[in-house]
Amino acid sequence: MSDEEFLIEARSMKKYFPLRGGLLKKEFGAVRAVDDISFFIRQGETLGLVGESGCGKTTTGRCMLMLSPLTEGDIYYKMPGDVRKRMVELEEKEASLPQPKKRKKSKKVPKPEDPDMLELWEIRQKYALNRKDPETLRRLRREMQIVFQDPFSSLNPRMLVKDIIGEPLKVHGVLEGDQITERVKLLMERVGLNPDHLYRYPHEFSGGQRQRIGVARALSLNPNFIVLDEPTSALDVSVQAQILNMLNDLQNELGLTYLFISHDLSTIRHMCDRVNVMYLGKIVESGTKEHVFENPLHPYTTALISVIPVPDPELKRERVVLAGDVPSPANPPSGCRFHTRCRFRQEICEIEDPPLEDKGNGHLVACHFR
Amino acid sequence: MSILNRKKKDEQNAAPADEAKENAPSVEEKASAVNEEVKQAPKKETKGRGRLDPLIKSIQPRVREFRVSMKLLSKSFLAMLGLIIVITMVIIALLAPLLAPPPPEWRDTSIVPKYFNQGISPPGSTYFDPVHNRTVDFILGSGEDGSDIYYGVIWGAQTSIRLALVVVLSAVVMGIIVGAVAGYYGGKIDELMMRVTDVFLSIPGLVLAMAVIAVLKPTIDNIMISLVIVWWPSYARLIRGQVMTIKENTYVEAARAIGAKKNRILFRHIIPNAISPMLVSATMDIGSIVLTTAGLSYIGFGPPGVAEWGRMANEGAGYIVGFISYQGVSYNPYWIIFFPGMMIFLFVMGFNLLGDGLRDILDPRLRR
Repeated sequence: MSDEEFLIEARSMKKYFPLRGGLLKKEFGAVRAVDDISFFIRQGETLGLVGESGCGKTTTGRCMLMLSPLTEGDIYYKMPGDVRKRMVELEEKEASLPQPKKRKKSKKVPKPEDPDMLELWEIRQKYALNRKDPETLRRLRREMQIVFQDPFSSLNPRMLVKDIIGEPLKVHGVLEGDQITERVKLLMERVGLNPDHLYRYPHEFSGGQRQRIGVARALSLNPNFIVLDEPTSALDVSVQAQILNMLNDLQNELGLTYLFISHDLSTIRHMCDRVNVMYLGKIVESGTKEHVFENPLHPYTTALISVIPVPDPELKRERVVLAGDVPSPANPPSGCRFHTRCRFRQEICEIEDPPLEDKGNGHLVACHFR
Repeated sequence: MSILNRKKKDEQNAAPADEAKENAPSVEEKASAVNEEVKQAPKKETKGRGRLDPLIKSIQPRVREFRVSMKLLSKSFLAMLGLIIVITMVIIALLAPLLAPPPPEWRDTSIVPKYFNQGISPPGSTYFDPVHNRTVDFILGSGEDGSDIYYGVIWGAQTSIRLALVVVLSAVVMGIIVGAVAGYYGGKIDELMMRVTDVFLSIPGLVLAMAVIAVLKPTIDNIMISLVIVWWPSYARLIRGQVMTIKENTYVEAARAIGAKKNRILFRHIIPNAISPMLVSATMDIGSIVLTTAGLSYIGFGPPGVAEWGRMANEGAGYIVGFISYQGVSYNPYWIIFFPGMMIFLFVMGFNLLGDGLRDILDPRLRR
């Protein structure tokens, strides 16, 4: 198990947005958008990321592609299984060592002297996306792409469709001149657009068509890994189905790996192999689609799943409706973050934060009572 | 619910990780496969028109957009009036040598010819020039020292347009460079550049221009330099604000995600979207620049003798309530100040109306 190879893996990823105020812009707090989460995605699978608005799903997606810098933690890309095994061993050793004093100001961490720690440092430098220099990262972007939520603002209104889809090819110098046009035509056909509409502006297309343009742009470099950031939430239901089916077909055909971000459990169920449920910047439950949907363990997941509409008016179910709003991620509740809205709340929940633990078959849950 | 009923990639779920990996060729392989695919695609005829085809096709949508703009513009009466005035001014400026031919011996066409013996004379008067043995018609009368008002009014259009265009273009370019860099990179560069801009903005424009001209010499070129110095900070401000809004757009993030370099993002994605409000501002400023130049010349900072409306109006200022006598008849020489003043008025109004119209049609909310 631990020898397994993952395409991309986030380890103890944190993303805080500092809150500044006052005359000297002093930092007085931080919005903990993503607070210490770890997960992995295997080559060719789809991982779903589900949660309420503001729980940090989109931030997670953006961080995976290094579109915003991490506060802490690492994202490893294409790390061989044996190296990973070694790294986990070394990490355990690192945790047992006394923590070095935290330095302020100086951003450069000196190379560690201990040979084991040096090895760990080297492994991290080699495989962690967030430690790569900008130029290497820029080249790696060929392999990882993103499809954005809002198809109306994700396309430059002053560029022709041909230039929008062809831009990645131009930027990376993969193809030139007429070859770009040919490739763009192929891509447009592939995503179900009329290749005759090559010389048009984005505003001449409908929402669904624009999202197809977005998908074509993401596909143009033959990426390995695509983050789908709520790709259908801005579209109406019939168009949603078309786009989702197209994404599925593309995955089967091109062997793509998806990180599918959505707040809509039905689409998650349709698209994903495994699901991570997020609440206030933390992963509360993680497992295969079957585990999470048929045997939800975390009270939050149970609540979410119980309110999915079922096309059977006779069926009587227990519905769990969550009361209250999501607490502010700038000032999260103590202990278990869900305790303010949880039905099974007990004293311990307010004091201790439950760790994400394996409850069998890789089904991870963060709750004291499961 | 057809989404849910659709059969899902069963084999993928069942396949262990390494098998899935085999199914997925590496990125390099895929990329080269596509290259092959493209190369094998039948080559199109590249002879004759075929070669120009992509060029024509990529221009077509721009022409289409331009037509839409013109159609929207034509709906507004005032904007059309502005456009007509502007076009007329441009035609006058271009055809100045035909409309008001300078005397054959005249070397510098920007200087208004003078006939000292004539003095101030009303519109329609004539003068026989004994030196060159010819008759001169003063269609719009003559000013002090017998300067030809009609000549000045016509050639003044050329002076004004040339001056306004040079000033606006230079100020816009400077503004874009400073504003875009400050807005895009932010931080200390932004702080430094904006404080410098603030220093320029803190001095009243006319005073700053006067100071610059006083240091240099009062020529048209120096007036241009002084006006560029006065005008660029406001463009820098405008562009900085635009850039800061636009860089938060998702398409800029999309450009980062595909691995575009910073310069490319700035020049291809941010600046093209940031300049449309500046287009409006620049059009309106052409009017203001001419007005300021006229003001400068009026208070005596203009180059002597040049066909420039403000300077010409200044000549007549002393006669607003006065009278002159020409061939035994007493006149109030309104023409010295009226015709150049009218030109300034029309010119500024024309560009302001056009600018207003452009603001309306460039507003994306009104566009579609």
